[in-house]
Amino acid sequence: MKILVCVTKTPDTTSKIAFTDNNTKFAQAGVQWIINPYDEWYALVRAVEIKEKYPSTTIHLVTVGAADVEPIIRKALALGGDEAYRVNAESSDSFYVASQIAAIAQAGAYDLVFTGKETLDYNGASIGGMLAELLDLPYVSGATKLELNGTTATINREIEGGEEVCAVPLPLVVSAQKGMAEARIPNMRGIMAARTKPLKVAEPVQTDLLTTIQSYELPPAKTGVKMIPADKPEELVTLLHEEAKVI
Amino acid sequence: MSVLVFIDQSEGHIKKASYEVLSYGAKIAELTGTTADGIVLGTVQDDLPSLGRFGIRKVYQVSHESLNGLDAQLYADALAKAIQQVGADVVVFSHNVDGRTIAPRLSARLKAGLVAGAVSLPDTSNGFVVKKNVFSGKAFANVAVNTPVKIISLNPNAYKATEVGGTAEVVNLDIPAATRKVTITAVNKISGELPLTEAELVVSGGRGLKGPENWHLVEDLAKALGAATACSRPVADSHWRPHHEHVGQTGVVVSPNLYIALGISGSIQHLAGVNRSKVIVVVNKDPEAPFFKAADYGIVGDVFDVVPKITEAVKKLKQS
Repeated sequence: MKILVCVTKTPDTTSKIAFTDNNTKFAQAGVQWIINPYDEWYALVRAVEIKEKYPSTTIHLVTVGAADVEPIIRKALALGGDEAYRVNAESSDSFYVASQIAAIAQAGAYDLVFTGKETLDYNGASIGGMLAELLDLPYVSGATKLELNGTTATINREIEGGEEVCAVPLPLVVSAQKGMAEARIPNMRGIMAARTKPLKVAEPVQTDLLTTIQSYELPPAKTGVKMIPADKPEELVTLLHEEAKVI
Repeated sequence: MSVLVFIDQSEGHIKKASYEVLSYGAKIAELTGTTADGIVLGTVQDDLPSLGRFGIRKVYQVSHESLNGLDAQLYADALAKAIQQVGADVVVFSHNVDGRTIAPRLSARLKAGLVAGAVSLPDTSNGFVVKKNVFSGKAFANVAVNTPVKIISLNPNAYKATEVGGTAEVVNLDIPAATRKVTITAVNKISGELPLTEAELVVSGGRGLKGPENWHLVEDLAKALGAATACSRPVADSHWRPHHEHVGQTGVVVSPNLYIALGISGSIQHLAGVNRSKVIVVVNKDPEAPFFKAADYGIVGDVFDVVPKITEAVKKLKQS
């Protein structure tokens, strides 16, 4: 079994979101970077669990980013994974990123390709689907559970008001979310081992940008909370009905 | 040159999110001086001609049995062929679970730029620019689409479904059937509950409720409002409530018209899951709770005292 896990860096949830250069660039100063939680807690940890069950499994990691993403990749390797690829490029266009990963995935002939449900920065939830199309593989998104039975995967995915269970032949692409696995913390042995695991750098393949971010904007600041006295909670209902008009 | 809207269905019934995207697609057509049509894949029990009331001209249908239930590969393939046949150049999805699965595939297939999670109509004054959510609701990006065919997936609840009247012509498209790879073996829906992601009103409870035995406070208010119920992460982690109710960064992300938070302090992770709500109400006994900074209306008070009174007032309003 060969598994490819797509990981990316993302600003920590508590990071201040601000923009520079006339609101065209994300202000990176002082930002704490983490592995995108959906990639780490669900996709990567599930891959590691599969390897624990089937020890002949190989796990490769792939990321698209500049050299500053390497500490993140080392941390991911400390959790598990045998080697990593970094495609030396940065882009906010999902198709560009998916095309880079597809080039790595095609060369590796993987049975299972994991992504996280979405990234916390661009929230596109697009890489998995684009990758599956580029590789001409089946795709299940928002998966909360994945079990392997020989050459078939049984997957639960979230749907409105419940879940759907499906059986899909390998190879396939799956995007993972909460439920797939429990978050882990790398142990000292893993951290030591990660230092010497191969981290290969690949140059990007030529790809068109289908989209371009022209500018960013912050949501209008809340005008401030309107407080209602605790002894007159019925006033809240009147305000929701007459002023906010939401009930 | 036209707008094509993907009409999402589940087990033969059209999802509410589809009405929003039909209205949105019709509005784009109006603004760009063209027409909008819908497309539905699989067998549908609901009445299709009446979807014309959202301003679309035709409903294209591909009703092969293999398209009953989502297999993104087949859906993207059928849609790509349909787009070619009808000559659409703007394709609209809901950014719901199915739209998030199909739209990226279609984008890669057609090399058509995708704006995923759009929150506004496109600005066509200089190119084709759509505003979308980024940084988990903490900012927006204005995204230019550089390709002849443009794909948009619209955030649920970002555009109001509007009935303008009219009847749509149903047209069956001749697209060859293909073989599914994804076999759906079970669909488990939590019966009797309003799906959280589709709800316009949400009442949510946190640790301030002290235990699962007090959840009737949340449920009674939700029932009076016709709202869905939700909870914070510690509540789900303590198994007071099921995990599918957990709203936040790593749980369900909601964008209702009204989000009422009862006894939730408002951690940054929780806010990331609810900050797309139009109106936020916070009831908390701690006046320093960070949630008040993100709220539109607030009550500093004991949920055990305040919430039953709100519920009574809602019941009174509904009766009047």
